[in-house]
This record gives sequence, C-alpha cells and structure tokens, in this order.
Amino acid sequence: MSPTKAARATTPKKPRANGTRAAAGPYAQFMARAYAMETDAAERYADFADQMDVHNNPEVAELFRKLSSIEALHAKRILEEMGWKQPPRAPLAWDEAEPPETTAHTELHYLMQPYHALQLALRNEQRAEQFFARIARARKAPPEVRRAATELAEEEREHVRLIREWMKRVPKPEKDWDRDPDPPGLSD
Amino acid sequence: MNAPAIAPALTAQDFKSDYKPVWCPGCGDYTVLASITRALAALQLRPEKVAVVSGIGCSSRIPAYTTCYGFHGVHGRALAAATGLKVARPDLTVLVAGGDGDGYSIGGNHFLHACRRNIDLTDIVMDNHVYGMTKGQPSPTTEPDWKSKLSPAGTGLREFHPLVIALAAGANFIARAFSGDPSGTAAVIGEAIRHPGFSFVEVLSPCVTFRPEQRAWKEAVHPASVAATDDPARAARRLMTDDGFNTGVLYKGTRPAYSAAAGKTTLHPADLEKDFAL
Amino acid sequence: MTDATVANGRVESVSAALAGSGGAGVMTAGNMLLEAAAQAGYFGLMTRTSGPQIRGGEAAAMLRVSTFASDSQDDRFHVLAAIDWQNVNRFASEIPLGEASLLIGDPAQGEPPEAFLKSGARYVPLPLKALAKQVSGGWPNMVALGVLGAVMGLPEEALERAVRKSMKKGGEALAAGLAAVKLGMAEAAKLERSFPLALPRAGAGRWLISGNEAAGLGALRGGVRFVAAYPITPATELLEWLSPALTKVGGTLVQAEDELASINMILGASYGGVPALTATSGPGLALMIEALGLGVAAELPIVVVDVMRTGPSTGIATKTEQADLNIAMYGLHGDAPHIVVAPNSVADCLAATQWAAGLAESLQVPAIVLSDQYFGQARAIIDRPPGAPASGKRLLAQPNAPAYKRYALTESGVSPMALPGTPGVTYTADGLEHNERGTPSSQASDHLAQMEKRARKLESLDCGEDWATLEGEGDVAVLTWGSCTAPVREAFARARAEGIQARLVSLRLLSPAQPARLAKALEGVKRVLVVEQSFSGQFQRYLKAEYDLPGEVHSLRRPGPLPIRPDEIHRTLKSWSRP
Ligand SMILES: Cc1ncc(C[n+]2csc(CCOP(=O)(O)OP(=O)(O)O)c2C)c(N)n1
Ligand code: SF4
Repeated sequence: MSPTKAARATTPKKPRANGTRAAAGPYAQFMARAYAMETDAAERYADFADQMDVHNNPEVAELFRKLSSIEALHAKRILEEMGWKQPPRAPLAWDEAEPPETTAHTELHYLMQPYHALQLALRNEQRAEQFFARIARARKAPPEVRRAATELAEEEREHVRLIREWMKRVPKPEKDWDRDPDPPGLSD
Repeated sequence: MNAPAIAPALTAQDFKSDYKPVWCPGCGDYTVLASITRALAALQLRPEKVAVVSGIGCSSRIPAYTTCYGFHGVHGRALAAATGLKVARPDLTVLVAGGDGDGYSIGGNHFLHACRRNIDLTDIVMDNHVYGMTKGQPSPTTEPDWKSKLSPAGTGLREFHPLVIALAAGANFIARAFSGDPSGTAAVIGEAIRHPGFSFVEVLSPCVTFRPEQRAWKEAVHPASVAATDDPARAARRLMTDDGFNTGVLYKGTRPAYSAAAGKTTLHPADLEKDFAL
Repeated sequence: MTDATVANGRVESVSAALAGSGGAGVMTAGNMLLEAAAQAGYFGLMTRTSGPQIRGGEAAAMLRVSTFASDSQDDRFHVLAAIDWQNVNRFASEIPLGEASLLIGDPAQGEPPEAFLKSGARYVPLPLKALAKQVSGGWPNMVALGVLGAVMGLPEEALERAVRKSMKKGGEALAAGLAAVKLGMAEAAKLERSFPLALPRAGAGRWLISGNEAAGLGALRGGVRFVAAYPITPATELLEWLSPALTKVGGTLVQAEDELASINMILGASYGGVPALTATSGPGLALMIEALGLGVAAELPIVVVDVMRTGPSTGIATKTEQADLNIAMYGLHGDAPHIVVAPNSVADCLAATQWAAGLAESLQVPAIVLSDQYFGQARAIIDRPPGAPASGKRLLAQPNAPAYKRYALTESGVSPMALPGTPGVTYTADGLEHNERGTPSSQASDHLAQMEKRARKLESLDCGEDWATLEGEGDVAVLTWGSCTAPVREAFARARAEGIQARLVSLRLLSPAQPARLAKALEGVKRVLVVEQSFSGQFQRYLKAEYDLPGEVHSLRRPGPLPIRPDEIHRTLKSWSRP
C-alpha cells in the first residue's frame, strides 16, 4: 500500500462504541488486544528501520519506517475510536510467541531488499486477517466483538491487497541477493 | 473514560536507549533486549535503580542499549563485577547479561561461585552455542561435531550443561527461555528478578551469522510440561534428561539469598587509633 | 602518494582504496587486486578498515602496490573507489587524499562525502552498478577491480589469473567476473588520470602472507608443537592458521576456556618437554601476567605472541597500536627477567617468532613477541624470507644424572631440565622461591642466588647482529621499533634523494636491553628522533630507562590506529638538516 492509500485506509471513523459502557467489558478487552497488536508491530518495524540504518541499507530502512508509521496510525486510531486517553496495558499472552502482526527478529538480513520487507509485511497482514477472522467466526464471542473483528478482518484484507500491489512495483530480488563475498567483520 | 487497565508509568520503550545496536539483523539478541526491557517495565522498576552488567561479546553489548546503569566490563568477569556491585549496593536490581563464551568459558569459574554464593542477581546468558564476536569459534555449549576454522574436525567434546551445573553449584532459580518468544522470555526474566538469590536464565538466542541453522530453533523449542519444582533432586532428574529445548522456569529453590553481614557498629576510624596508642 | 614519478610518467608505487558496505565485496576484490599485483611481479601490501558492525558494515580495502618492498603506508592515496558511500566518510582520516588523487564513485549512490571532496581530489563518477548489470551475473566490485587494476597499469593477464585463482569453482561466476573486470579496465582507459606503475623488478619465489601467518610459520620452524589459546582479535587468524598446520606437523592446538587457562596449559606442555606457544592481544596478555611470572620462576620456556591492538581495556579491537610495551617489559610482579622480541616487518614476524621460540628454549624462559594488528592482519607480497639459523635447544638432564639439581647455579645460569619420564632426576617445578634442588625456600641467600641465576641467563644471551636492524649513516639517528620501522625507512629513502643522511636503528630485542650495542650504533650521533605509535611515549621512556642516548632527543609519536606516515618523518629530517 502506498503511504497515501494507507493514510486513507486508516482515517479515523466515528467511535465504534460508547467508551464508558465498553470500559471493562469483552469488547474493550478485544480492542485493547488489537491496540497491542498494532503498537507491537509499529515498534518492531521501527526497530527494523534502525537496524537497516546501522547496516547501511537506507532503502529498506525507509520502507520499514513507513510500515511502522502506518501501524502506529492504526494504533492511534483505536485509541481515538475507543476514546481512550491513555493506552491500555498490553496483554502479554498470544497464541503464537509474538502478536500476529509482528515479524520475528530472526527474519531479517542486512542485505534484504524492499521486496523482502514487503513479503514480511504481507505475511503479517495475512496473519492479522486470520486472527480477526477467527474471532469474527467465534460463536461464543459477544456480537459486538464479532462485529468489530469482522470490520478489522476486512481492513486487514484490504491491507493484504494493497501490499500485494505495492510488491508489484518493486523489483524482485535476484537469486543471489544475499551473496556477500567478504567474511564478517570482527570486533572486541 | 478508563482503559481496561491503568496504563503503566513506564513502558518497555522507556528502558530502550537511543543507541542503536550493532548486532546483525536477524540476531536473537535483539529480542532478548526487548524481553529485558519488557520485564523491567512490567515490574515497574526505575531504570536508574537497575544495573546491567556484562563482559565482552556481541550479547555483552546489551547494557548500553538500555537506559539502565550499565557496566560493560572485561571478558568473562561480569559476574565478578556484579557480585561486587550488588554486595556494595543491595538496593539495586542487578542483571548480568552476556554470551555462552563469556559466561561458561572464560567466566565459567565465576559462574560456579556465583551460583554457590547465591547473591541476589539475575544472570541472563544468551546462548548461541558459538563465539559470535570473534567470528565463529566453538563455545562450551557447541555441539561436538560442529566444524569451524579453529576446530576443523569439531571439538569432539561433550557440551557443557549449564542448567545442571547451575543446580549442582547452588543456583536458586533456573530457567530456560527462547529469544523468539519475547513475552515468554520477559515473563521468565521478570520472575527471575523477583526470585531471591541467584537466578539463572539461559536464553537460546540464535546467531544468524555463524549458526544460521539456529533459525530452526523456533520449531525445536517447547514449553516445559510440568511446573517448576523446588526439590533439587527432582530438578536434577528433569534437567539431566531434558533435550535442551524445554523452556520455562524449571527450578525455584528456597535457599535464602546471601546477605553481607551488616555491622551495627558506629565506630569512626579515628576510634580505632587508640588500639595503637601506647 | 609521493610526487615522485619516474621518467615516462610511471610511478614506483600506487596506493588504492576500495570502499563499500557489507555485501559489496570490497575485501574480496582487494585481495584479488593484491594477488594480481603479485602475479605481475610487484610488491604490495593490503590492510583493511571496517565499521563496528559484524555484518553489512562499511569497509575499505587499502592497498599499496610498488616496485620495491615496503610495509609502509604512503602519505596519501592515489585513488579511492567506492561501490557506495554509506558511512565511508568515517574512513577519511585513514584514507588521506590529495589534489592529484582520483575519487571514483557510482553516481547512483550519490555524491562522495565532503570529507573526501575537500581534499581537492578529482571526482569521476562511474556507474559501477549499471556497468556490472551489462554482464549477466556481473558484480560492481569486479568492475571496480578492473578499474583499479587498469588505473595502476596492471596487465590484464595478471588480473585474469588472480580472478581465476580466487574463483576456483569456475563456471558462470568466473565468466561473469572476468567480463566485469574487462569492462572495468575499458572504463578506466577513458579516465584522464591514471597512475601506471613502472616495470616491476624481477624476482622469483615471492610470498603472499600475513604477519599472523608468518608468525605461525615461525613458531613451527622454531619447534613449537603445542598451542593453547583463547580467541581474540587480532590474534585469531594466527591460531586459525596454526590449528590445521600444527596437526600436519604432529602438534596440537587446544582452545582454552580463557587466557588464564591457555597460559597455564602451555606451561604444562612445556614442563612436559614440548615447545609451547600461545597467541593473544592486550586483554589476554593482561590475564596471563601472573602465569608468565610462574614461567620465569619455574624456568619453563614458553612463547606468548601479543598481536597488539588499541588499548587500554577492550579499546579498539580491530586497530593497531604500540602500547603494550610497558606491560610486556614491566608488567610482571617481582623481578622477573624474560625475553621480549619485536618483529619489524611482516616478513620478520616469521624470523622474530622463530628466534623467540629458540631463545625461550635455550634459556628456559618465557618470551613475549610483540607483533601488532598492522602486521598481523596485513597481507603482503614479500621476498621469500631467508631461512633462520637453527633454533636453540633446551638443555636436558640425563637419566639418573648423579646428584641432580634442577636449579643448579651454573655459570650461564642455564641448568639442565629433567623431563617427566626421565628416571632418577625427578623434581618439582615451582613458583615458590626455591633452592638449587627445587625445594621451596624462604632463605634470603637462596632468593638472591636464584635471582642472580635467572638474570645471568639473559646476560649470557648472545644476540649477535639480531638485536636491531641498522641502516644508514650520519649524525642523526632515528630510533624506532615494530611497524613504525617501514615508514622511517621510506622517509630515509626520500631524504637520501635530497642528500640528507641519517641512521636507522630499529630494535628487535627489547629485553634484555643491549646498552653497549646501542651505544656503539649511536657513536657520533648528535640528534635522536624516537618514532613510535603510543600516546605516552612508552618506547621513549623505555629507551631513557635502559640506555644512554647521545645528544638531543626528540619524540614523534601518536597513539594508534593512524599510522605515522613517511612524510612526517621526512619533514623532521629535512628541518634538522638545515643549519
Ligand atoms: C581476555 C579476552 N580474551 C579474548 C577476548 C576476545 N573475545 C571477545 S568476545 C569473545 C567471545 C564471544 O562469545 P560469547 O561470549 O559466546 O558471546 P557472543 O559474541 O556469541 O554473543 C572473545 C573470545 C577478549 N575480548 N578478552
Ligand atoms: S555475530 Fe551472531 S551473535 Fe553476533 S550479532 Fe551477529 S548474529 Fe548476533
């Protein structure tokens, strides 16, 4: 997704629910979780951008920074929608080791190219979509939660589509993109 | 309007310095850093009340990446430095962090004695089964048949089993974590910090540069199937038979932590001079 | 670079640097360029510099190719080519340029950093990446290799042979490499500036070797068959070279758990009769000090190669400095006479290490070899080093020698050592002060007698001509050591061309000091310049403590890692020659 499209996709809508009523209920819990997902993703992308800066890969750094600000925007929008003045405490447990929209650190490579970064982002959006879709389908979940999950799943689906388009616009890496003829540096 | 839980005063980000790590992208240590900062935030500690002490190695660069007080000492001596610090300043939360070479090889002897002394420290060893910083030599936890320039035929030596040794030497808390699971690692570190005495956390943290095959660790790790025991004999049996990928808190001892004999005298050095007076 | 060119616009020496981020392959290309220079019959030296990142960091290969042998860096670089400019500005002080220099960069990677442009060097944009793309499977570093090879006038066959040698797998990669090099050479032909080298001097049997490898080879030649060590930059390559090499000569290498262990392991091996060595750098040497004292007291021969890096503490692990002199000379507690030897060229790393091993064995004493990162990690094309004379042997006790005393007070101080397994002469090696038999003793008389014995051993050392490298004449002398020697020598060559004479004294045997020999070498000298790479002037203090220096003494010094360049020394000599 291009930054402008991303911005459009994340323009705040009207608050989804009456904040007071939602404060401690399952709906607020659900939105807090969604918020944690977005912030975690934003922080991780920002981390990645820093890593790419340090390792002389400015192009991918910029891309990660862009992805980070998109996720941060999503998080901010949740705060606004819920009318929360302060961020909710992040729940620590997820089905997997990390939240669905977060890339593991070990996926990175210092010679990676924008295409790789988008591949990672694509997988994140897909996982997020599945995560919300599962909740949307869950019979036991309160209707309010299911409704919100359906909406969020829809959004993530849109992100998947946008990233796929974005990927068409960046060159595909050649097969030996990670070739480095020199040995690692040394220190200390 | 209130959020579901009151927001913490400090977040993990507040424990992260703006000094950017030199670690290879992909290195497991990034997530260990994230786990430590999360654990400190979850415990609501203040950065200035926490000291992170390390030796030398890739992983040992960690203190400067936090906003805590840091001590980046010399190779292998982190536990010794931390021991001095904690005894002198029991008010601080002291974390020791470093690699398997630093912690088990050059610092192996200090490891034994730190376990035995049972000072209230948390020792986090980022184990990648290799010397990262010096370009890929075998460490004490390296598999006997892993080949490198310095050991072209492998070491042929049995791996060191840090958890069993920690137990035998008297560590009061023994856990294993996996860097790829930051919340799990953060939870374990948090518990280790809270537990009195010497807490030892071995974190499997892949070195993607010299051991890229360790990326597959995420498939190998599995949470411990039973809760932590406080019985050293049972813990010994469990640790001796575990496959090295069992994660979680494995032993929680009940030994009281070391405390320096705090004198209650109020003498002034000048008061002692009289002993010499004729 | 110097401005000296020979008649037909050809130069005697070219300095070239190739920089870029990780993945660009600058070291690989640099190594090929050095190999090509060797193939073409030139001398050469390659050093490197890099950022703190383990992967993906900025790096530069720095080469000097010349018609004469030299371990010195030149004053400036003739050409700097960069595959990209990411953080390459950090190397500005290590890659000095001048107005006559050439700056080559890919315009797609942006402008060269101001730090280089302000030198006045001519900037020539060259689309290295786009050029590489013209070849299927082509890489910019190979194009750059062609460019630099052509700029220094290396023949195409030499470059081709170098590429073939390093891409042994052949196939498409080799074809692409060769094509990219050719393309680079064609591009270079269009440049209006180049620095073609004069024809090389004929020479057969040259070597391409690093100081660390040379030291490793010297150790083996000196009889070393046991090595225990703990990895540390910049000594690791010495160990990595020795590990398989030792196996080949029937020796063993043990990776110890730390330096406390490694030095004690080699003491044990030596006690068992096997000549033993460890290699380390400053932090490791600091850890070994206590056990070095044990070696002195128990009279166990061992060799410790210290590949010096920037200190104190962890310092700058990958960069050079001459500041471990104090600890090597004076770090041991008690009065502990031992040997300190310093190689003064890459090639000399071989001879000096071999010599140290022999001295250790024949005098039954620890020997420290002070190499440094510059020598250790530099790769140099050198004339085949001459075979050193047969190494010293340990004086051994005979089986059942009557009334055997391990620490007998002999005239030379050296007493026969019994090796475990030898019947009738068992003893205990001890760091406790002892009597002649080796029995611990706290008697003042035993302490004095054993101190004198240990000191006598070093006094009996006959170093012949090996204690220093002496060159030139005149009433000005430059005293230096180690890797500062080559720039001094080069400054002398320039001064000589202007009719200025001076004496070079480069000390190789630092302990025991040779005051009588130095006094003789400095006879008639009125001014002394001490050149060293240490902030506090450790070498000068050492000279003041151990020798009487004639006339005025000046110091030219700087801490690592920036080298002292020939021009600085030359300028001092010039200013002194004016009345
Ligand atoms: C006394 C001393 N000896 C050796 C070294 C070189 N050295 C630096 S880090 C290191 C080992 C690093 O391995 P590890 O502790 O496992 O950490 P990692 O880099 O893998 O995180 C060594 C041998 C040193 N700095 N000091
Ligand atoms: S070398 Fe290995 S341990 Fe060191 S930073 Fe790189 S990946 Fe991490």
